[in-house]
Amino acid sequence: MTQDDLVWRIAGGSGDGIDSTSRNFAKALMRAGLHVFTHRHYPSRIRGGHTYVEVRASDEPVRSRGDGYNVLLALGDSFARSTEDEAYYGNEKLKPLAENLDELREGGIVIYDEGMLDEDDVADLDLETRAEENDWHLYPTDLRGIAREHGRDVMRNTAGVGVTAALLGIDPSYFETLMGESMDGDILDANLDVLSDAYEQTQEWEFTHDLEVPDGETEGEQALLNGSQGIAYGAIDEGCRFIAGYPMTPWTEVFSIMSKHLPKVGGIAEQVEDEIAAAALALGASHTGAKAMSGSSGGGFSLMSEPLGLAEMSETPVVLLEAQRAGPSTGMPTKPEQSDLEHVLYTSQGDSTRVVFAPANAEECYEQTRRAFEVAYEYQLPAIIMYDQKLEGELRNVPVEFFDRETHPDPGTILSEDEIAEAAHHASGTFARFKRDAEKGISPRSVPGQKGGRHLTSGNETNEWGHICEDPENRKDQVDRRFSKFEHIAEDLAGDESLVTRHGPADADYGVITWGSQQGTVFEAVDRLNADGQSVAALGVSQIKPFPAPEIEAFIEGVDEVVVVEMNASGQFKGLVQKELGAYGEKLSSLLKYNGNPFEPREIVEAVENTAAGDRDAPDDATTFVPATGD
Amino acid sequence: MSTFSAIDQDREIDREEFTPGVEPQPTWCPGCGDFAVLKALKGAMADIGRSPEEVLTVTGIGCSSKLNSYFGSYGFHTIHGRPLPVARAAKLANPDLEVVAAGGDGDGYGIGANHFLHSARENHDMTYIVFNNEIFGLTKGQTSPTSPMGHTSKTQPSGNAKSPIRPLSLALTAGATYVARTAATNPRQAQEIVAEAIEHDGFAHIDFLTQCPTWNKDAKSYVPYTDVQDSDEYDFDVSDHGEANAMMRTVEDKLYEGEILTGRFYVEDGRPSYGQKKREQGEMPAEPLAQRYFEDGEWERSIDFVKKHT
Ligand SMILES: Cc1ncc(C[n+]2csc(CCOP(=O)(O)OP(=O)(O)O)c2C)c(N)n1
Ligand code: SF4
Repeated sequence: MTQDDLVWRIAGGSGDGIDSTSRNFAKALMRAGLHVFTHRHYPSRIRGGHTYVEVRASDEPVRSRGDGYNVLLALGDSFARSTEDEAYYGNEKLKPLAENLDELREGGIVIYDEGMLDEDDVADLDLETRAEENDWHLYPTDLRGIAREHGRDVMRNTAGVGVTAALLGIDPSYFETLMGESMDGDILDANLDVLSDAYEQTQEWEFTHDLEVPDGETEGEQALLNGSQGIAYGAIDEGCRFIAGYPMTPWTEVFSIMSKHLPKVGGIAEQVEDEIAAAALALGASHTGAKAMSGSSGGGFSLMSEPLGLAEMSETPVVLLEAQRAGPSTGMPTKPEQSDLEHVLYTSQGDSTRVVFAPANAEECYEQTRRAFEVAYEYQLPAIIMYDQKLEGELRNVPVEFFDRETHPDPGTILSEDEIAEAAHHASGTFARFKRDAEKGISPRSVPGQKGGRHLTSGNETNEWGHICEDPENRKDQVDRRFSKFEHIAEDLAGDESLVTRHGPADADYGVITWGSQQGTVFEAVDRLNADGQSVAALGVSQIKPFPAPEIEAFIEGVDEVVVVEMNASGQFKGLVQKELGAYGEKLSSLLKYNGNPFEPREIVEAVENTAAGDRDAPDDATTFVPATGD
Repeated sequence: MSTFSAIDQDREIDREEFTPGVEPQPTWCPGCGDFAVLKALKGAMADIGRSPEEVLTVTGIGCSSKLNSYFGSYGFHTIHGRPLPVARAAKLANPDLEVVAAGGDGDGYGIGANHFLHSARENHDMTYIVFNNEIFGLTKGQTSPTSPMGHTSKTQPSGNAKSPIRPLSLALTAGATYVARTAATNPRQAQEIVAEAIEHDGFAHIDFLTQCPTWNKDAKSYVPYTDVQDSDEYDFDVSDHGEANAMMRTVEDKLYEGEILTGRFYVEDGRPSYGQKKREQGEMPAEPLAQRYFEDGEWERSIDFVKKHT
């Protein structure tokens, strides 16, 4: 745990403005020159229900939420149900304070809203004693009172920010500027008054803590982005001009961003009746030559199973997103999990020909979305991006120049009319759309409206001219051709370090493999382990299919033992590694977590330490350790 | 060379251009009503002067959905019940194409009913032809949403206890701006209606009565029929929603009483199609999306959007 990072947690009820307040807080620190990273925890309720967001800030780049936190701003849940409901719901008003104390680090700060929380209730928490034991510093403040005096109760969050700024030495002008950018008129004036009043009052207090915001200086202009934005911007730059979808958490965010921006760049966004339609629309748009995408989360993606198969059979390029959440069925809508891997790899009938990526952070979301479009439109097949509720909402700073990229206005393998005229045709004039002996398995493609390119495409097996055909020889050739694409895709992707990312010493004794969104946390854990004298390397895998067998095999071969870290109960990625490599059962153990919260670095640190010590226990109750079969 | 030069070619079109030169001879049973739809569609295209390469037919799965295997346009034979969403997007992505979606009654009124309602509601500028044979043909004769009450089949051995769906009323209620019924036994009217539907700006639904002599033996071959527009007995205004609705109910009741009424039942001109609306709202370009890839013009970059997050 680095001591020079600061993790601020704002807690309250859903609807208390936790999201916007924390976003502004993170932005202010980013503008102050710090690296920032946010972690969101929220329940599947629109109003009320305990929620929090953490903002971690450091002068060094931050890759994960870290372990615990050191400043709590407990707003009190203004949407809490009456305390009579306590038997069922608990005293939700108190939750923002009570529920968060366990993870507060030693020497931490607690700011809570005296105006909302009853003294007696607070006394029941034994806060004073715990504070003494843990060297916590308590700053009860009448946030609601300050808010009321200058504006309305809801401005309690602004008051809290003012108090935090004063306690941690943050220049309040960062917040003033941000407020000016998002509001105006009386609302702005009232908020500014609340902020400065809270800030001034607090400055007069005697501070007992020694926490401060670290000094930092990031290079170049920074932007605060989450994975959803990474995906949407990557799609736009790669020339995606059509999206269709149906809302489902957590995919909705990408859908909304695309719906807002696509029309501005000459594209079309469609909200439709269900996910079957959504994927089918994407195929229809792609069939006419547009770069198209759709997406959903678990249950909605299940509905896309049939159109996905149609894309494979008809060789219609398309990019689909799968924003995982805890399943099965509707599971836990607002909690992350990585348990849809097998679903995404194997859903839909037949032998599948799809490409699958699982980006690890906002930058990879951008890169791999571009990659997905590139591969899909080059090879005429569906490409799927798997991410999860963690990546969807976690904000981090990315240098603006990262996005200073060329766009890709390229129709992929669609021929021009001149090329169509030169291409193979049947004597009747019908275009050989599904030519069997095509180079790299990619047969020539035309789109409706092009002269000379007339053909039929189908979800049934077809002959070279697109006509339904059950001839055994044709069937075998066509399947072989479609499968042959994978060899070339694997070659194209090989060596891309954002797809298979190695971290840590080259000659490590122990290895940790992870995939998708847990990569940052694993890398941070590995850094700590090495700093503590262990010898550990990590591999973050974002290329799922084609499976990067050589890279993974080399990594496993190079270490004594490997822990595979993933957020599911059945060890799906470990299973995939064993299936693909046909070995290593005796060398791979699993560290699993499926309680709805992503891993914390300390859990991985402990699991590797245990492994090194020959001890096969899980680090804590929240995780599960499955030893290698050779144990 | 332009990207989509097959579109809007100004020349005489011969219906035979729509007969694909490659292998497939229709696999439809002798006497199947589906032949009539194929014939009407070819004739209609020639009548309105559309060339095979500017037409996209999108079909589902079923005997009827094999239509585009025997029709020489660009074609997409999709999955059961889903031709409409595929077709809608094709039209949005390239408004210059003439898009025709087709499938059976099981395809369109059963598994795909949700898409039927929403496509009609949204008033997409396209034509949707449902081959209504009151039976599942391809899967060998099961009861369909348009099978009459009491109809027995292997999956409904004691007889269908459900009343048949009312496709015309449904289309109208949902928001279609052109609703007609024609029959395989009425080739002249069929061709006229198909041509009219294609030229209509908006969602045009044709419930096309097609007999299935193989599985629906007791079904009438839809003769004698009456063309309501030619008959003195039926007088209603096709542009009046209320009159059309009342007429459709009569038509739908009578079908199962043995009286076959065909014709145009609702024609609404002037309501902007969905694409047109979207263009007016600035949410959709007028040109085909794919054109810009070929023309390689100025492309906006996401960095302008990213700058809002600094
Ligand atoms: C999802 C799915 N369910 C079932 C089927 C099997 N199936 C193929 S065609 C068909 C029904 C055909 O009836 P209809 O749509 O009325 O067309 P017809 O053959 O009568 O022209 C069915 C159930 C399928 N292909 N896909
Ligand atoms: S089974 Fe019926 S619908 Fe199918 S081809 Fe034969 S007659 Fe036509």
